[in-house]
Amino acid sequence: MSLADLQPDPAPRVELKSLDTLWFQVGGTVCNLACTHCFISCSPTNHTHELMPAGQVQRYLDEAARLGVREYYFTGGEPFLNPDMEAILEATLKVGPATVLTNGLLLDRARCARLRELERASDYSLDLRVSLDGWDAATNDPIRGEGTFERILSGVRNLAEAGLNPVITVTEVCQEAGTDAGKERFFELLRSLGIDRPRLKILPVFQIGAEAERGGAYESWQRLREGDAPDGAWDHLQCSACRMATDQGVWVCPILVNEPSARMGETLADTLGSFPLDHQACWTCHAYGVSCRT
Amino acid sequence: MTKLTNHRGMATWGEKLVPLERFRRAAAEAGRTLAAGEREAALRSYRSPEPDPTPVEGPYSRIAVFGGIYSNHHALAALLEDAARRGAEAVYCLGDLGAFGPNPEKVRPLLDQGSVLSIQGNYEESLAAGREDCNCGYTDPRDNHFAEISYRYTERNCSPAFKTWMGTLPRRRRVRIGDRELLLIHGSPRRINEFLFHSTSPVPFLEVLLDQNGCDGILCTHTGLHWHRRLPSGRDVVNVGVIGRPANDGRTNVWFSMLEAREHGLAVDLLPLAYDHESLAAEMRGERLPKEFVETVLTGWWTTCLEILPARERAASRY
Repeated sequence: MSLADLQPDPAPRVELKSLDTLWFQVGGTVCNLACTHCFISCSPTNHTHELMPAGQVQRYLDEAARLGVREYYFTGGEPFLNPDMEAILEATLKVGPATVLTNGLLLDRARCARLRELERASDYSLDLRVSLDGWDAATNDPIRGEGTFERILSGVRNLAEAGLNPVITVTEVCQEAGTDAGKERFFELLRSLGIDRPRLKILPVFQIGAEAERGGAYESWQRLREGDAPDGAWDHLQCSACRMATDQGVWVCPILVNEPSARMGETLADTLGSFPLDHQACWTCHAYGVSCRT
Repeated sequence: MTKLTNHRGMATWGEKLVPLERFRRAAAEAGRTLAAGEREAALRSYRSPEPDPTPVEGPYSRIAVFGGIYSNHHALAALLEDAARRGAEAVYCLGDLGAFGPNPEKVRPLLDQGSVLSIQGNYEESLAAGREDCNCGYTDPRDNHFAEISYRYTERNCSPAFKTWMGTLPRRRRVRIGDRELLLIHGSPRRINEFLFHSTSPVPFLEVLLDQNGCDGILCTHTGLHWHRRLPSGRDVVNVGVIGRPANDGRTNVWFSMLEAREHGLAVDLLPLAYDHESLAAEMRGERLPKEFVETVLTGWWTTCLEILPARERAASRY
């Protein structure tokens, strides 16, 4: 065996089939929390990506309309730290459905009422996704921070009272979340807040960023190779149909924004080509069938 | 925790902290930057139509179109009568002949009798190919549970000849009505089981879909909920409705579409269709189909397939 045989196979490439989902790192990597499992290590002082001003978002929305983007997602960091967030949603809901991924801490009653108004005024759906990592303070707070459980619940309650039914997003750091009994505990919690149709999304963990420190990094075998795709196509991966805009350009997907090599260009038009699946997080998307969409 | 709170002037690059400027420089150098002209060309090429050899049928001046019979032969009989009364020159079905309802074979002679022109839905594709499931595209375990009951029942009660015939149906048709060329598909032009709901099919998305398919309108079904969007370009997208079960609106009638040529363009009418739903419910009970399905027939409210609904459509549901 020569040394060349020990080199890893070149990473397979995923083609962009259609640009259906456009993400915005609208809150940058700035967050009012510093969760121990955050795969992009967001925190109050993480300015790797900055908040996106409304004008910058609008330029991407205009380009996205020309490409027929079907839905828009907003994440961060915490999107509602962005002072332009509601104006951004108003502009977005003119061209398509929007989903905001939030930690729920900034959802006071007045804001929830305004969000409900934005939703009512649009032809399209507005969805809120609130992260929670346990069904009580004892399970949630060690991950998301002291006292966050009660504050998140208060945000969820405010949304429900305004007539918005959020999707609660739980990561598998909460190990029981994937089981029926675990889901039922979350459903019960939500029903106790007056939500009669509880909605839940379970996400696997990406072993990068803060999570690599908390739960351990990937092992070397956790990497995609050409033969891993069932029929040579990678259409099942969300990167075959999405892109992520940040204040610094367009990345391939919402997971890899802390990898400079995953930046594909400045405008969406620059990023309509293929992308090499050479990051270990790509393995998680394939192995767990992950989609960051709701 | 030190790492997390120690970002001042630093950026996270993978698992490392690096000076912010280093991250930004590396990011700025990655990817490609097209010249303005190349960007314009990339956008135009993305929207440009793929060649489609599907023959164009017609021209007609008036047609009836529906989807999702779901074995509801009672509604199909009513539809054929109504379409004839309204002067439809052709009747098109956008697929999903079986599922949900009783005795799927009863649909076949009515289709022949009414000269209904069909395309394959995911049900026909699955039954003809001997798939294990209907490939409806549900993601929720409860929805999948009921979808499986439907599929097993339909699979068991369809003759091999009927299944083979289903496999011979085209996956798309093109139809000319007046000066408009319409593309008929089941879910979307891209996927047989893609859901085009009203609240999640925005105008810019539909305009690009029409450009990519080189047509003046798209007729689809699959969601079970009818809607019509007249786009700023003057083109139309119609989710034509299903006649197999009510539209989750508390009414027992089902829905179909009439399309008529106008001097410039198209008139689109989404029409309610009453049928003998009591007889359908009785027949479903006789076949021991789930009481949840029977309830939908009698109340007009869906009891299953709810998790796939977008927030807007779900909020309008009873369950």
